[in-house]
Amino acid sequence: MSTVASMGNFSSKGTADKADKPQQALDINHAADDHETIGTPWVEDAKMSARNVNVFYGDKQAIMSVSLDIGRNEVVAMIGPSGCGKSTFLRTLNRMNDIIPGCRVEGNITLDNEDIYQSQQDTVLLRARVGMVFQKPNPFPKSIYENVAYGPKIHGLAHSNAEMDEIVEKSLRRAGLFNEVKDQLDKPGTGLSGGQQQRLCIARAIAVSPEVILMDEPCSALDPIATARIEELIDELKEKYTIAIVTHSMQQAARVSQRTAYFHLGKLIEVGDTKEIFTNPQHHLTENYITGRFG
Amino acid sequence: MQTPSVIIVLVALCLASFFFGRKRSETLALREGGYSSLHSLPKHYGYMAAAWAAIPALLILLVFTVSEDRYIQDAVIAQLPGAIQTLPAEQLGLYYNQVLGFAQGGIDGQELDETQLSAARYYQQLASQFSMVKAAGVFLAALIGCLLVLKGIHTRLRARNHVESIIQWVLFGCSFIAVVTTLGIVLSVLFEAIRFFQVIPLTDFLFGLEWSPQMAIRADQVAASGSFGFVPLLVGTLLISAVAMVIAVPVGLMSAIYLSEYATRRFRAITKPVLEILAGVPTVVYGFFAALTVAPFIRNLGESVGLSVASESALAAGIVMGIMIIPFVMSLSDDIINAVPDSLREASLGMGATLNETIRKVLLPAALPGIVGGILLAVSRAIGETMIVVMAAGLSAKLTANPLEAVTTITVQIVTLLVGDQEFDSPKTMAAFALGLVLFFVTLLLNVIALYVVRRYREQYE
Amino acid sequence: MSNPSSPDNTSLIRSSLKKRYARERRFKLYGLLAVLTGFMFLFVLLADIVIKGTPAFTQHFIQVTIDLDPDALGVAPGASAEELQAANFGGAIKRGLREMFPDVTSRKDKRALYRMISIGAEYDLRDLLLEQPELLGQKKEIWLRAHSEAGSYLKGQVDTELAEEDRKVKNNLIGWLDRLEAQGKTESRFNVAFFTSGDSREPELAGIKAALYGSFFTLMVTFCLAFPIGVLAAVYLEEFAPRNRLTDLIEININNLAAVPSIVFGLLGLAVFINFFEMPRSAPLVGGIVLSLMTLPTIIITSRAAIQAVPPSIRQAALGVGASQLQTVFHHVLPVAMPGILTGSIIGMAQALGESAPLLMIGMVAFIMDVPGGVSDPSTVLPVQIFLWADSPERGFMEKTSAAIMVLMGFLILMNAVAIYLRRRFETH
Repeated sequence: MSTVASMGNFSSKGTADKADKPQQALDINHAADDHETIGTPWVEDAKMSARNVNVFYGDKQAIMSVSLDIGRNEVVAMIGPSGCGKSTFLRTLNRMNDIIPGCRVEGNITLDNEDIYQSQQDTVLLRARVGMVFQKPNPFPKSIYENVAYGPKIHGLAHSNAEMDEIVEKSLRRAGLFNEVKDQLDKPGTGLSGGQQQRLCIARAIAVSPEVILMDEPCSALDPIATARIEELIDELKEKYTIAIVTHSMQQAARVSQRTAYFHLGKLIEVGDTKEIFTNPQHHLTENYITGRFG
Repeated sequence: MQTPSVIIVLVALCLASFFFGRKRSETLALREGGYSSLHSLPKHYGYMAAAWAAIPALLILLVFTVSEDRYIQDAVIAQLPGAIQTLPAEQLGLYYNQVLGFAQGGIDGQELDETQLSAARYYQQLASQFSMVKAAGVFLAALIGCLLVLKGIHTRLRARNHVESIIQWVLFGCSFIAVVTTLGIVLSVLFEAIRFFQVIPLTDFLFGLEWSPQMAIRADQVAASGSFGFVPLLVGTLLISAVAMVIAVPVGLMSAIYLSEYATRRFRAITKPVLEILAGVPTVVYGFFAALTVAPFIRNLGESVGLSVASESALAAGIVMGIMIIPFVMSLSDDIINAVPDSLREASLGMGATLNETIRKVLLPAALPGIVGGILLAVSRAIGETMIVVMAAGLSAKLTANPLEAVTTITVQIVTLLVGDQEFDSPKTMAAFALGLVLFFVTLLLNVIALYVVRRYREQYE
Repeated sequence: MSNPSSPDNTSLIRSSLKKRYARERRFKLYGLLAVLTGFMFLFVLLADIVIKGTPAFTQHFIQVTIDLDPDALGVAPGASAEELQAANFGGAIKRGLREMFPDVTSRKDKRALYRMISIGAEYDLRDLLLEQPELLGQKKEIWLRAHSEAGSYLKGQVDTELAEEDRKVKNNLIGWLDRLEAQGKTESRFNVAFFTSGDSREPELAGIKAALYGSFFTLMVTFCLAFPIGVLAAVYLEEFAPRNRLTDLIEININNLAAVPSIVFGLLGLAVFINFFEMPRSAPLVGGIVLSLMTLPTIIITSRAAIQAVPPSIRQAALGVGASQLQTVFHHVLPVAMPGILTGSIIGMAQALGESAPLLMIGMVAFIMDVPGGVSDPSTVLPVQIFLWADSPERGFMEKTSAAIMVLMGFLILMNAVAIYLRRRFETH
């Protein structure tokens, strides 16, 4: 990946402009080496950017040289068949892979131009700034209130009970859950329906005011109505947050995201404007996947 | 015929039944056009014949063996002179034992009187008659069983299914032994305990503040002067168990947390089995350690700071019991903590909680019911533990909550009351069974609650 | 809080980080300390026993010149073996001691002098003479077993700084022993008697052979009952039991029995087997039955786990070729599950080997000098022997106790090592 160093400074105008010269360079590289990504992984105003990321589980390489930017206040969707590494990549963005024994990350990932894998960068602060919502709704076996208050409490963000009440209410409102649960804040969060639980988890994540929210297939365990509700929520949230979402549903990616990245066997095959990817995929693998030939 | 030789002949009979059964099915099969006309393999018919020879015969053997001694004893005593028959039960027992010993060749007859000698002769005569009848009954049952099967064999007889259902019944019988054992425990302690409570009122036992059963033997009336108040024993037991828990719970729980959340896989792989050695050390070894090493150490330590510590202090027994329970608490907590779904761990870490915040605020509260269940199991263990306290705790019952004093426990009293020379039917021995009853039900209750809590806990995350 | 990416949040978190990380380190340290505490307990326990027990594996002998004159022994020259049985060897030893220390005159001192040699030495001397009758009439230097108190001084266990009245070994004995040592007339040998004799009132004569045999017989009975019954019960519960109330009852009973205090099993044994069925007291037969009832739950539970772990494909394959369920289980499932079952059974047997409380109840605490010859002879077992010795006040018994513990632990470690080996092999399959 000798090109990346020179690519780093390159500013792309309009990611869809395929006639652009450096883009062709990428394409040529791709012809020579299958590892190259089609499309432009960079954006002008990147909140987070990954360069040359490799992830290993023991001897097994799970992610191969992936470079991708996540722009400020945009929703980036990552799609691909199961086992393609999209979730693994997502987890490198807030170092959740650290807790897996034997997992090793190479390359360079920055948040606001700060390297998050630098040793002085600690995971506590990083994860407070880059929140995460998981595949299965995982509320703590505590009350709804305590679920949302957990983050602010451990990080010491509220200085009084009133302030905490305010944070909890605001977070629940933002997650579109407040009106449904305002009378039962002391009931266990595990007693809610699946969709409500997932919105509770989103409320819990935004209670610490993160800058980026990572969502790992947040709707895979939900029914269509609950899914629609979450998708609406994502649309509202992107006003204030930067969101990276892994999904196995192409429709969902098409509905919620501005840009889409297609992963295959640990490689980032193609990235681009969501509309472009879905209407005019360049790589045959992307096309096969999108047209439903495998996955 | 003696029982072993009866069994040998019976085995031979069964073998013969097997061969006859097989032969008979083969003969029948050949007559009707080959082995394929048989429903089952020839050997299954053999097994069937052998089984029906063995089962009724063994049942008869069992009945005879169990009733043999009792029947002969009653018969021999019945023909003793009336004056001897009306002796108190204990003396009569002694008298009869001499007869028995002489008749079986265990003692020589020099000290026996004429009545005993004739009783012994009568015993021998009865015993030989009885064993003849026994052998005849057993062999007859075997023969009848075998012949009935042989007569009933025909080619469409489902011998294999028949044999298999017999085996299934045997399998069922094996697992039913667990129920029989529990029943046996309950009945044996309950029976003696009820007799105890006929002498000592239940309320005196449950609420009495003084325990000194030794008095009962000195006075010759039944138990009026002994006191059987259970409270000091309970307090002593709980005191030692509490000390044990103070040691075992923090050390066991923190070790489990460290090993499952912090330690590297390699450290865990070495450390866990090493700590589990503590669980494999026999309790008598802990008792020795408590009595000869820990107790003097604590007493000297106490003396050096001006405290008077009993040489059989509750503290020493409790500490050592705690050491014994550490691995128990550790592996239970380990299981429980690992049963908390990873998703909760990730949720907490994912929003920037440190590991100890995750453990203290998410994992432990989530695992709490399971851990409480595990601790209850550990408490039940501590209450039922015997050797450590027998060797390291005191004998006299003292109502105190001071761990530096010597207290006694339920199990210590059971052992002291039953070991050594004991008269049956004295309140002393019956008291031991009453204590056993309490011990059984207290531990049973703790176990049932604990197992229920732990199961509910696991189901919650399944 | 209005702006989600508010920088004041970041600085707020950053300011508390130091404290939180310190707490994290502290918590981790507590965990490590807990593990190390466990290690320390184990180490102290083992070290204490090894230090106390090691001296018991050696025994001191004292060389005494003994005049085996037939007259003095009270037998005719060329006496038969029977006559020699009754000869006065004790007197010969005493005479030998007096000749070695002619300066000892008072009755009291002489008695103290005689106590230097074990009572068992008489029998050793007799056995020697029965083996070599030609020694009769000779004067010979013979190594005799020291009394345990003399032995403890020779092993260096006596604190001579202590005031004389505070210790059992008095100054005169120390003086004699020092003289003997200087003359090279004392010797330390491996304590063979510890493994070849039964219990004794004298520490230097006591051994664990009777207890080892008792343990062996008891364990045999336990294994013969608990293993087949346990495995068959596990087979029933895993493969045949219908889901109904009765099965539930059995399972609940097994789980509860696993947690019933062992002493309660002793009460069961006393009430049912000894009082009701009138089986012999103190016999390995009854002990074995009681222990088998106690270990049965362990064996059933582990056997069930092993049977459960057999892949269903094996069952399906056997059933598919027309084997009955019973044949499937006994021909295919059990052989695959056997290593796991054996592992569990060995662990259950190890438990039974270390168990003592229920055996106290059924009278296996008797003082047993003779090696039991069968399952109905009165006997004791190794853990109960340890219990009995631990109760004895003599210092000699304390080291015997620790040594017996070392032997017991050796057997337990061996059994567990076999179990671990089996489990490892089982896992690699």
